[in-house]
Amino acid sequence: MTWTVVLVLSLGAFLLKVFGFVVIGDRKFPPQVEAVIALIPAALLCALIMKDTFTAGHDLQIDARAVGLVVAVLGVWRKVPIWLVIVLACAATGITRAIS
Amino acid sequence: MNAPNEHAHEGVNYDGIVGPALALGFAVFIFAISFGVLCVNAGGSVPKAMAMSLLVFTGASQFSAVSVIAAGGTAVSAVVGALLLGSRNAIYGVAVAPWLPGSLKYRVAAAQFTIDETTGMTLVQNSPARKKRAFWVTAASIYGFWNVGTLIGALVGNSFDTQKYGLDVAFPAAFVAMVAPLLATRKAQLAGIGGAVVCLATTPFLPIGAPIVMSAVVALIALVPTQRKTQSA
Repeated sequence: MTWTVVLVLSLGAFLLKVFGFVVIGDRKFPPQVEAVIALIPAALLCALIMKDTFTAGHDLQIDARAVGLVVAVLGVWRKVPIWLVIVLACAATGITRAIS
Repeated sequence: MNAPNEHAHEGVNYDGIVGPALALGFAVFIFAISFGVLCVNAGGSVPKAMAMSLLVFTGASQFSAVSVIAAGGTAVSAVVGALLLGSRNAIYGVAVAPWLPGSLKYRVAAAQFTIDETTGMTLVQNSPARKKRAFWVTAASIYGFWNVGTLIGALVGNSFDTQKYGLDVAFPAAFVAMVAPLLATRKAQLAGIGGAVVCLATTPFLPIGAPIVMSAVVALIALVPTQRKTQSA
């Protein structure tokens, strides 16, 4: 995590916000553009979940992290408070590592 | 459009704004502590973690960047993935801008606080005055909790063995909590499945971090007309 990453990301994130709020403002994005942008978070967040659970470098692998993911999905599905979801998922993975 | 007067003595009822704004703030607080811990463990420092939360101030993007860096990804893929994730804030800006009229300086300042939570809280209010109030109250709550939480996480972060306590799973657990409310429509579900498949399928041969950027391509399915007889695209 370099300062370059921090600052480029800060500037980029700010410019995206200003672009929508100030530059586009009262006008509208073309509906197709809006529809595509609206779907990006679902695709990207699911990709991040896969990367953080089932990959190590370039390898695909199933390990103790999968147990934590299952707990997180169950917790979110059962509407467990977010703080508890994170704590339970981490604990599940930590315990799995300790006993395996 | 009239600039709404924000003073309560004008007879506008502002009930039901502060409570929900604080509740959102508490949820964000937990994400923020996790972010601080994970950021310093991914080679960040307390100042870098704080700069991210003070300046970037859009949680999913921050988590995404740290997650890619932590996995050994390149700076470019970390930044591009995070900015793709942050592109939705541009849409939010268009949605809330009509309720926050003012000088250029005012609107540029408001833009920095235009994220999931402030947009959601603003759009559900039923009057212009309440929308404006909800935006700023939520902005204050989220900005405060997000940065205090980041500071706490970053300060204690180095004392944790993230592997031992399973803290690396805070990434996917946080992402599950973030994505769940988005999967309400058929297309969003398909985008989620598609993004997951693209990521896993490209991980063996693309540079680390690039599969995350690639997964965004799946969002183009938004352009496929929905298959309904009643709907002629």
